[in-house]
Amino acid sequence: MMGEWEPNIIVIACNWCTYQAADLAGSLRYPYPTTVKIIRVPCSGRVEPEFIIETLRNADGVLIGGCHPGDCHYKEGNYKAARRFKLIQKMLVEMGIEPERVRLEWISGSEGLRFAEVMREFDAKIRELGPLRW
Amino acid sequence: MSKIKLAIYLSAGCAGCEMALVDLSEKLIDALENIEIVWWTPTVVDLKYKDLENLEDKSIDVALVDGAVRLSEQEHVIKILRQKTKVLVAFGACAAMGGVPGLANFHKREELLETAYINTWSTDNPDGVLPQTEYDVNGSKLTLPEFYGEVKALHQVVDVDYFIGGCPPHHDHVAVAVEAIIKGELPPKGSWITSGKSVCDSCRRNPAQKGEIRKPIEKVRRTIEGTPDEECLLQQGYLCLGPVTQGDCGGSCPQVNIPCRGCGGPVAGKDFGARAVGALASLMTDEAVDEMLEKIPSLGKFLYRYSLPVSLINRKK
Repeated sequence: MMGEWEPNIIVIACNWCTYQAADLAGSLRYPYPTTVKIIRVPCSGRVEPEFIIETLRNADGVLIGGCHPGDCHYKEGNYKAARRFKLIQKMLVEMGIEPERVRLEWISGSEGLRFAEVMREFDAKIRELGPLRW
Repeated sequence: MSKIKLAIYLSAGCAGCEMALVDLSEKLIDALENIEIVWWTPTVVDLKYKDLENLEDKSIDVALVDGAVRLSEQEHVIKILRQKTKVLVAFGACAAMGGVPGLANFHKREELLETAYINTWSTDNPDGVLPQTEYDVNGSKLTLPEFYGEVKALHQVVDVDYFIGGCPPHHDHVAVAVEAIIKGELPPKGSWITSGKSVCDSCRRNPAQKGEIRKPIEKVRRTIEGTPDEECLLQQGYLCLGPVTQGDCGGSCPQVNIPCRGCGGPVAGKDFGARAVGALASLMTDEAVDEMLEKIPSLGKFLYRYSLPVSLINRKK
């Protein structure tokens, strides 16, 4: 493929908070990079570590978005996600992958602006790191 | 009835799987009535590669390969074996998943050679000579196989018909598998020969077996820290991978206080380590997760002990 490299960023967003925030960012016309593609899942607790690793085979960065602690629609899915995330990040480092390529963020349904900001920030970070070659 | 022609090849492994075959003892002797061993090299019979090359294509009925693929020589033999064999079985954790040799994929080829041939304190190699594939001695050419940059499981090199897990496979399970092969009662091509149950399913420590509810893991213990009591090892904080591992071993390690390390292969899914993270993190408290990160020197090597080459991200870039 010709042309300049553009990051491929996958956001796995929980249905109840982060996906709603993305929706709100759209309604309020807060811009965020087109490198971001969103996958909607019921809960950040649904994000199996396997999803993250599988995604990294083709993407340069993965962001998991969930509800703030205490706000999970399923009570504790986000706590589970946080615990898994810590372990996965450690394993990726051992495989020679920069831990900044995976990110976990709590973004509530009312935080449209924050969603757009986090996406811009993450996109900049991934551009700085360059393409992921494993 | 003509005898089943059997071949056994030790690739990058430790011959433990072949010991498991020998451990069949009387059962193996009974099976020998139906089996003719045509190739068991290098472990048992001193045959040369040309002896294998001279066989007719598809003249071997079943070949068991134990060990991963690390050298060009192993790749060469396995490819010939594939050509000569009707049913090729990846026998044991190394052949099926890359096994312990596969942990080398956490390092680059150069790192491995440097450690082995230059940096260890007992090495005397002032010129830093590394193994060469060819070397000229007074006009004669000496050769060594090539040391590949990564370890591969068998199916990453040739087409594999069946997989059997275990490091080594439990001899009772080997008996079941050998019987299935003799009778021709095999699952669809490409499957694992397995009961499909997890280690927990056959472990007598499992709280579910006693109608109890599993408690969260609050503390992490390494096996060197004390002696476990009779309860579930995982519940006591010994990081047992039983929930995500195939239990054709009958849960034999947990029964003698050794937590499962996953040699049986994943119960389901593509990536053993990731599935183990999913299972463990869901059972643990936040404090226990932090303690685990502190106590386990290399989480990746711990969770991918037998399966790195077949995991989704299977080598260090």
